[in-house]
Amino acid sequence: MSATGSDARRHAGGRRPYVRSMDGWWKRDPYFIRYMAREATAIFVAAYAIVLLFGLYRLSQGPAAYDGWLQALKSPLSLAFHLAALATFVYHTWSWFNIMPKTMPILFAGGKRVTPAAITSAGLAAAIVMCLVIFGIVWRIA
Amino acid sequence: MMKRSNEPIFWSLFGAGGMLAALIGPALVFITGIAAPFGVLLPADTMSHAHMLAFTQNWIGKLFLLAVIPLLLWHAAHRVAIMLHDFGVHAVAAVKLICYGVAFAGTVATAWLLLAPGS
Repeated sequence: MSATGSDARRHAGGRRPYVRSMDGWWKRDPYFIRYMAREATAIFVAAYAIVLLFGLYRLSQGPAAYDGWLQALKSPLSLAFHLAALATFVYHTWSWFNIMPKTMPILFAGGKRVTPAAITSAGLAAAIVMCLVIFGIVWRIA
Repeated sequence: MMKRSNEPIFWSLFGAGGMLAALIGPALVFITGIAAPFGVLLPADTMSHAHMLAFTQNWIGKLFLLAVIPLLLWHAAHRVAIMLHDFGVHAVAAVKLICYGVAFAGTVATAWLLLAPGS
C-alpha cells in the first residue's frame, strides 16, 4: 500500500467509501439493453413451451378437456400473448444469428475466413426457409 | 484432478433449444397460437382433438414434441438463471436448482405424456 492510499483513508475520515450502485446497470448502455432484451426473450420461450405442454396434458384427458384448452386459445388474452410471443420469437431469431459469429468457432471456406455478416445472413435465410417448410407441411396435411 | 464442470451439458441444451427456437419458433407460435385457433391461412379444425391425437400417436409427432417442448424449456432455464444473476440474485446453486429443476420436470412430463403405455 502506498502513502497516497493511507492519505486517502485519513481524508475519508473513517466513513464508508462510495460504492457505485449496480441497480439498473443494464440501462446504462445500449449494448447492455440489447443484451437484456435478448435474454428476456427466454420468458416468452418458456411460457410458450408451457402452453404446449399444458395442451399435451389436456389432450391426454380426453376430448372435452382438450376442447377447453383449444377454446382458451381462442380468447383475446391468448391472442395477445401469442402476438407478443411471435414478436419475441422473431427477435430471438434475429438476435440468435447476430451473435452466432461470436459464439461459434471461426469458420474457414476455401482458405478464407467466413465473414460474420455471411454467417448471420446464412442463419437468417435458413430460419426463413425452415419456417416456410414447417408452415407448408402443416398447410398440406391440415 | 480437477472436478469436471457440468456446464457443457447445460450449455449444449441451451444451444440446441436456442437453435431450434431460432429456426422454427416463429412458425410454431404462428401456427399453434394464431393461424390454427383463429382459422387464419389454415383450416379452423387444424388442431382439432382428432388431428392432435393422430399427431401425438405418430412417431414423427412424438419425436417432434419430445424435441421441441424440453429443448425450449432447457434453453429458457439457462437464460433465466443467468438473468437472475445479472439482476443481483447470487444464490447460484438455488437459482440453478429451481430453473433447471423446472426444465427437468417439464422434460419428464412431456416424455410421460408421449411415451407412457396407452398414450
